[in-house]
Amino acid sequence: MSQVAVMHPEVEPAESPLTPESWGKLGMWIFLAGDAMSFGALLAGYGALRYGSSDWPVPSIVLGVSLTAFMTFLLICSSVTMVLALAGIQRGDMAALRKFLALTILGGAMFLGMQAYEWTHLVHDGLGLTVNRWGASLFGTTFFLITGFHGAHVTGGVIYLSCYLIRSLVGRLTQRHANQIEIAALYWHFVDLVWILVFTFVYLL
Amino acid sequence: MVQAHKQPNYIGVFWWLLALTIIEVGVIFTPLAKVLIAILLVGLALSKACLVAMYFMHLKFERTTLGLIAVTPLVLCVLLVFALLPDHSAAPHQTAGAVAAPAPPPSR
Repeated sequence: MSQVAVMHPEVEPAESPLTPESWGKLGMWIFLAGDAMSFGALLAGYGALRYGSSDWPVPSIVLGVSLTAFMTFLLICSSVTMVLALAGIQRGDMAALRKFLALTILGGAMFLGMQAYEWTHLVHDGLGLTVNRWGASLFGTTFFLITGFHGAHVTGGVIYLSCYLIRSLVGRLTQRHANQIEIAALYWHFVDLVWILVFTFVYLL
Repeated sequence: MVQAHKQPNYIGVFWWLLALTIIEVGVIFTPLAKVLIAILLVGLALSKACLVAMYFMHLKFERTTLGLIAVTPLVLCVLLVFALLPDHSAAPHQTAGAVAAPAPPPSR
């Protein structure tokens, strides 16, 4: 408990009741819960539109599965490198933090590159926001909206983690900041978790 | 910073996630009933999401109330799906262009 709280016990407690490490971690969890609702609403809307449509194409045939299965593998790998980066800073091994953080960012960037490649091919083949040569045009709308919203999250995560990598490279990140990396890691794992669901509901089902 | 819990076996979790992903992709090519495939896929996806939340996001080692915060969106989404059920049973709609001329087969 901080000195201020000891001196003024009636003020707001310095320690979060749910996450004793920091209030920031609780804040991130609450943000992620809200963000999960955004994705949940998009996926529920996708389901409602799909089952109300009589000419919805089979997603795995239109979209293909092999590339996205590899993208899923890539995000799972980047989650592993993220936990290893966190473990690194927690034991004060800044070299490990930098190495694994860089690998995580690389994984995210490769994911985005593959998504751009996938989108380009689909658009070229006749799938757009309002057009779909395989049937219901809403298939294209929902596909680009959901994967785009997720891609925006990955982009945000890559920028978020890059800021910490730069801070670490210029020597402004120490073991004391492990908590901040833990909060950033929560965000990154959430992006991975959401992709697992998007991959299943949009590509496989 | 004090570490409150022992670190889980992250690599072990990775292998589980990889195995479940491979099973998921395999499931869609099996000659099972569509409903069964859907149930399997949703079960596998939720298992993977649980593994990520419990071990990578350390929810297993956090306080129960934090877990309740994390589970809330899932509960709300299930409610949302039920709220949208009347729309599922509404008359199916079809794309205007696709009614007159069936969509051409994919080129790939």
